[in-house]
Amino acid sequence: MAVETGRSVAPAAGGDARGRGRGTGGAPGKTPGPLRRALATHWYAWAMVAPVVTVIGVIIGYPLVRGIYLSLTDADEANVARTIGVNEIDATYEFVGLDNYQAILTDGVFWDRLGWTVLWTVGCVSITFLLGLVLASMLNRKVRGRTVYRMALILPWGIPAFVSVFAWRMLYNEKNGILNQLLAGGGIDGIPWLGDPTWAKISVIAVNVWLGVPFMLVAMLGAMQGIPGELLEAAEMDGANAWQRFRNVVLPGIRSVSSTVILLSTIWTFNMFPVIFLLTRGGPGDSTEILVTYAYRLSFLVSPRDFASSAAWGVLILLLLSAFAVVYRRSLRKQGEVW
Amino acid sequence: MRRGIAATALVATLSLAATACGGDSDSGESGEKKGSGELSGTVTFWDTSNEAEKAFFKKTAEGFEKEHPKVDVKYVSVPFGEASNKFKNAAGGGSGAPDVMRTEVAWVADFASLGYLAPLDDTAAVDNKDDYLDQAWGSTQFEGKTYGVPQVIDTLALFYNKDLLKKAGVEVPESVEDIKNSTKKFQGEDVTPFYMRGDDPYWFLPFLYGEGGDMVDAEAKKITIDDGAGAKAFETIQDLVDSKAATTDTTDGWENMQKSFKDGKVAMMLNGPWAIEDTLAGKEFKGNEDNLGVAPVPAGSEAQGAPQGGHNLSVYAGSKNLDASYEFAKYMSSAEVQKATTEELSLLPTRTSVYDEQTVKDNTMVQFFKPAVDKAVERPWIAEGNSLFEPIRVQLADVLTGKTEPEAAADKIGEEYAKLLKDGDWK
Repeated sequence: MAVETGRSVAPAAGGDARGRGRGTGGAPGKTPGPLRRALATHWYAWAMVAPVVTVIGVIIGYPLVRGIYLSLTDADEANVARTIGVNEIDATYEFVGLDNYQAILTDGVFWDRLGWTVLWTVGCVSITFLLGLVLASMLNRKVRGRTVYRMALILPWGIPAFVSVFAWRMLYNEKNGILNQLLAGGGIDGIPWLGDPTWAKISVIAVNVWLGVPFMLVAMLGAMQGIPGELLEAAEMDGANAWQRFRNVVLPGIRSVSSTVILLSTIWTFNMFPVIFLLTRGGPGDSTEILVTYAYRLSFLVSPRDFASSAAWGVLILLLLSAFAVVYRRSLRKQGEVW
Repeated sequence: MRRGIAATALVATLSLAATACGGDSDSGESGEKKGSGELSGTVTFWDTSNEAEKAFFKKTAEGFEKEHPKVDVKYVSVPFGEASNKFKNAAGGGSGAPDVMRTEVAWVADFASLGYLAPLDDTAAVDNKDDYLDQAWGSTQFEGKTYGVPQVIDTLALFYNKDLLKKAGVEVPESVEDIKNSTKKFQGEDVTPFYMRGDDPYWFLPFLYGEGGDMVDAEAKKITIDDGAGAKAFETIQDLVDSKAATTDTTDGWENMQKSFKDGKVAMMLNGPWAIEDTLAGKEFKGNEDNLGVAPVPAGSEAQGAPQGGHNLSVYAGSKNLDASYEFAKYMSSAEVQKATTEELSLLPTRTSVYDEQTVKDNTMVQFFKPAVDKAVERPWIAEGNSLFEPIRVQLADVLTGKTEPEAAADKIGEEYAKLLKDGDWK
């Protein structure tokens, strides 16, 4: 694929000149230029990918470019162009350069939210990964009723996330929730699960872990089952105990899968809007607000909706995640991992 | 289309004429309407009333079809908390917006300033406007135009469980201080005196007014919440919770408040007429409706006051069926519908004439709430009015969870308001 793309750039320029030449009555029967040759060989490939390229361009490229442009303006709900019935309102927003970014980066809100978002991401991903790994190793043996366990552990994945989150919200309810009633039964004072900043943070992480473990489990289990049994047998013959086998055979064996899964899971968690929004709405106060929920607040909850700042937050989030992916990939490459 | 305009003009003229006559000519008027009215098409109506109320409003809205058989009313119930956002998505995006929407009083100026609402002056929607209560009419105005017709009006009051107060030997409290002093008497009953909503800034307003403060002074264009009263109000509620006179929640406040009051776990709460139906369905009140007492909100150290609230009916500027929408708004705010609403749900009418009806006069909730509404504090009817709550919500939770001190919280809200109110000459 990379080769084809590379080849297409140069001929495209050449083709332009050729086209003009033909317009002025270029000689027929000349040997075909590089473009025609490329098209003749690969036209079907281009035709095949054209719809995909168009669709991606329309649904990803355009909003991305538009978002970046908006982040450099002062657009909000009151000054964008809109037509409402007979009212036709023209756009009156202006280009303000990097003002939005400057405002965000010099305000404490961004750094506060970033700190918690990083904590939330690292907390969720590490706990989810460890739990997934432990559960996968437990299920990667011959145990009675293995299918039942697997089903039970994968079940959370089958439930739509918002349903799970609402169920958790009921469990967490300080006055009428089951968790506090269990505690009360044990003679312990109820915990303000979602009402106290620290507990709320623990609670949202717990729910996200609960939602994320099945995916980790499936991925890890798949990777573990890809390790040839002979390797483990050989290690056992050499006298390696269970821990040594796990450390020296299983862990290296699942590394390529786990590094990818960690990267994916980090990106998802960083932008995990529904868990936070549906569980606490960023509260109490703004203590569980992550970057994306804050961007949502700017563009949907304040009035007039601040499209420009929200777009700037979005671009910053994208930059952070891209930077993370690059650094992560580089560190993997250093360890000899090709990704 | 042209014919539609002509019809509207005719209807408007006729209703103006009817108003001018001053007589209560409902029957005659609808007779004439049938002569000229050939309204047709669909009117989508977004209603934001709560679970206990929505069945009635659905039935009522669909009653419009009886008067105008060619009109198809599409009733959609939208949860109050999501309605404003949902409407803005649809209205700004240009598709999916309703023709008529039940707008909370603070939403009208907000939506109107963004061009989402159709001005209703000189349309069929405004019918006999002198009949509306002045405070209710105030909330429909934005920059000299009318963007809504008042449907119901309300304010907050103290709801109390008469039996529980009697058992504990407690008088109906008149001030926050009285509530605090009653804590000990309730202890034997395993009852917390008061439920303080920690998740909704609207419920904070009586405490703010009680200290002689307000969010902003819209006339003087001045932010007032950080002038000292705000900090004192935060202290008051913090003190209520810390002294165990009140229980609170920073999430799910509505459900928890209603449940604990209906089950007799708390003796008092602040609430409005919209909660009457739901409350009376509770364990403590079902079949024993007299057990529910209503009193003015408790006074603070300076004053006593509750916010004026209510709902209007607004027409979306992009409605494809403006004529029928105007008619529908008029119907939903008409005297008959308001009378029926009061009879069924004990909600307060916005028309003075309805208060003269015997059934309305006899309604105990109206008897209580009408004087309360008369004295209620009018909120600032500015475009930013609806946005003033969010900063309070954040700080309210921070104060109740001990993250922020009252004074810092009030100052922070002031700062947020300054950002919000940057246009014009606010200080």
